[in-house]
Amino acid sequence: MGWIGDTVDSVKSTQIRQLLTQAVSLGNVLSTIKVVWGILVGNRGMIVTSALIIWKGLMCVTGSESPVVVVLSGSMEPGFKRGDILFLHMSKDPIRAGEIVVFNIDGREIPIVHRVIKVHERQDTGEVDVLTKGDNNYGDDRLLYAQGQLYLQRHHIMGRAVGFLPYVGWVTIIMTEKPIIKYILIGALGLLVITSKD
Amino acid sequence: MHSFWYRLNGLLTFSVTILAIMCAIASLSDNLNTPSPSAEIQVMNINWFQKQPQGNDEVSLTMNISADLQSLFTWNTKQLFIFVAAEYETPKNSLNQVSLWDAIIPAKEHAKFWIHTSNKYRFVDQGNYLRGKEFNLTLHWHVMPKTGKMFADKIVLTGYSFPEEYR
Repeated sequence: MGWIGDTVDSVKSTQIRQLLTQAVSLGNVLSTIKVVWGILVGNRGMIVTSALIIWKGLMCVTGSESPVVVVLSGSMEPGFKRGDILFLHMSKDPIRAGEIVVFNIDGREIPIVHRVIKVHERQDTGEVDVLTKGDNNYGDDRLLYAQGQLYLQRHHIMGRAVGFLPYVGWVTIIMTEKPIIKYILIGALGLLVITSKD
Repeated sequence: MHSFWYRLNGLLTFSVTILAIMCAIASLSDNLNTPSPSAEIQVMNINWFQKQPQGNDEVSLTMNISADLQSLFTWNTKQLFIFVAAEYETPKNSLNQVSLWDAIIPAKEHAKFWIHTSNKYRFVDQGNYLRGKEFNLTLHWHVMPKTGKMFADKIVLTGYSFPEEYR
């Protein structure tokens, strides 16, 4: 956790007073903006805004277009079950065996989350050929790859799984597989908005 | 102001926030753990070592794998995914990693073990550069938490080599 050490060191430095003054004035400005925004959009608007900020923040921190994915199949059980969500991060570090990666196959729209079991990194170009396999599958993923494709390359891979939360993704799965529930939810939310007093 | 829905909304928001904070703390507590794992791998036998029709070398070997990974378990650990990979360099590839065997350790009691096994996955090179080559065997582990950040690390064991000739 090197960045914690760096943060502690920078706080200990003699510029601490300048830093704190700037932080306090920035905080004041942000509080004023938040109050004005709150008056404009009301309670529900604030909740939506917070959700948006958290989502965008996650995108920045993880450096990925879709920082969170829902596990859709049981191919990584018992580690990841259907309905769990995974936090993704994509760094420039090379892909190595054992990492859990999310990748897209040409022609398939649903990304797959499996573990890397084989890596071949070229001497000259530094490009990698990667073979993946689901922990709970008997064989490797060559059956899933496109016709004639033996390995994945870097550009197929969307991110690495670095953290996970159990069960939270079930909401997304239910809404995708039983769209009627999605419509009922949206209808109920709409009703609440219309009949609310603030 | 004090309607049922208002209270329900407040209660749900509060519980979700508390749950999220608890998950974060659970994950952070994993950093307090200082693990001290150990492992040993012996290559008992090279069963066969051939060049495939496509031109790639393939080898089958039998290993004795023993390890003590009990110190990696915390209260927030769901399971340990471990695998043994062979790592080597060839003129064509600066790094090759081939997973030979893997297992899931569901609980601390099972984390101290000894196993005699041949390679679970086929050991096929990208090319035919294996004759006489030295390779490392690494035991990797992936700590999969009940919630939060996953950790991975490995032990590298050196000094293994392929036979000079096919057999």
